[in-house]
Amino acid sequence: MTLLTVDDLVVEHRTPGRPLVRAVAGASLTVAAGEVVGLVGESGCGKSTLARAVCGLNPAASGTITFDGHPVTPLGLRRRDRALAGIQMVFQDPYASLNPRRRVGAQIADGLRTAGDTVTAPADLLERVGLPRDFAGRHPHEFSGGQRQRIAIARALAARPTMLIGDEPISALDASAQAQVARLMRDLAVESGAGLLFISHDLSVVRLIADRIAVMYLGKIVEVGRTAEVWADPRHPYTKALLGAIPAPDGAGVLPAELSGDVPDPADPPPGCRFHPRCPVAMDVCREREPAFGPVACWLHEPA
Amino acid sequence: MSLLAISDLKVSIGGKEILRGVDLDLRAGRVHGLAGESGSGKTMTGLAVLGLLPHGARTSGRIALGERDLLAMPAKELNTVRGGEVAMVFQDPATSLHPMLSVGRQLTEHMRHHLGLDKKQARARALELLGQVRIPGPEGAIDRYPHQFSGGMRQRIAIAIALACSPKVLIADEPTTALDVTVQAGVLRLLRGLCDDLGLAVLLVTHDLGVMSAVADEVSVMKEGLVVETGPRGQVLRDPTHPYTRALLESLPGETS
Repeated sequence: MTLLTVDDLVVEHRTPGRPLVRAVAGASLTVAAGEVVGLVGESGCGKSTLARAVCGLNPAASGTITFDGHPVTPLGLRRRDRALAGIQMVFQDPYASLNPRRRVGAQIADGLRTAGDTVTAPADLLERVGLPRDFAGRHPHEFSGGQRQRIAIARALAARPTMLIGDEPISALDASAQAQVARLMRDLAVESGAGLLFISHDLSVVRLIADRIAVMYLGKIVEVGRTAEVWADPRHPYTKALLGAIPAPDGAGVLPAELSGDVPDPADPPPGCRFHPRCPVAMDVCREREPAFGPVACWLHEPA
Repeated sequence: MSLLAISDLKVSIGGKEILRGVDLDLRAGRVHGLAGESGSGKTMTGLAVLGLLPHGARTSGRIALGERDLLAMPAKELNTVRGGEVAMVFQDPATSLHPMLSVGRQLTEHMRHHLGLDKKQARARALELLGQVRIPGPEGAIDRYPHQFSGGMRQRIAIAIALACSPKVLIADEPTTALDVTVQAGVLRLLRGLCDDLGLAVLLVTHDLGVMSAVADEVSVMKEGLVVETGPRGQVLRDPTHPYTRALLESLPGETS
């Protein structure tokens, strides 16, 4: 059952004195209940903006986001629609997303109140994310990055989400805590039957936990597929380049391939296919027309 | 020839033993990879070389840079070594660079201190360094601030800062963990190139065995404060002798069986 549908979403950032930036330029994506979708791409490709739009933190310029049959509206001053409280987010930086002046337990209790849950104690949630119960009485500064991110996850889970979003939840963590926290998020989401949209630039972690993988480049989703299939047989040249850049632990001492050029300025995307200036197999058609189809948005893989 | 020799290094903090006798040997023009999981003491080993251990840390053993023992060195003397002969690159360039000082200022400050260059000379050297780490348009870049650069460019700047005083030993603590894979490939090529061209001895601390395999010549694996295996890259990664190394390799996802 499809839980979240993002259809042809466009999100724009306006800064006075700067050109309009289309951070998300027509992206479509679905997440089903109990499914883990990994969204990957280089920094600056619009992954986080997409996630924020799904939570209503960034308004959509066009296109629609539907959650469980309800349209997602931008978050305003008024109380959030009950139906939309089922979307919860874990942010990138646990040093910034937890309130330093409140006890951890009180912050988790906020989530419980949202869900109208009077039975569960904050300590129960701490237990679920693998922390001791008595941590509830402490303040965020007493914890390490990995522990803080677990607390942020506990807070998100307290609101009984049916859709959990992780916006680079592991990138601020110590290298070795990353895989642990990612696995924890997956297990907790799947266990409670919720969908998980997991955003990361770390492909090896996404591979570990995602059922499906969506690859984003400069505001567009260029390839979607089952993780194992994408990994074994990447079809979009960008996906190939991305996977080819991961060094293999084979002891051969081969330096990974470098993708030439930089990500173009999203305020002034190249005409035609957005990847063509860096694409090793670009054709004439790529410079002129944008491949606006899926699951692989590339003229080499045009559906018949 | 060994440039930096760590022998029987022990570190304890608050009565807890963090390192329990580490032996490592860094040689010029070679990248020495240090692998292991969180808490195995790989970062502490790097910090110990620079004398950057947390307060109250007790050390024993020997870290020999040439004839001198870095552990026994008075603080004042260590200050001339640190940033000069031994330099470090940290994991996250977003936090290791000062957000409110221009790139040029951060690049020249320690050069002027260690090498006694004047403003003009330091600036010329800074421009040269930015070119060396392949920052496009060094003349424009030198007066900009860290937030105006992408993560990969920031890490290149951090590497340029580390190289400023022509160090002999470079300690890189997870230098590519915060970067995109496509950018990581570029930074790894840069590190390897610098090591070959300048004859640097690099200690590369990373948990990523793929990164290790791409650039390291020798690999050491640490566990609970001890080096359990050391050897040439090909041997350690393809045919590990220690069960822990084997377990690390087997825990990686994928075809490598």
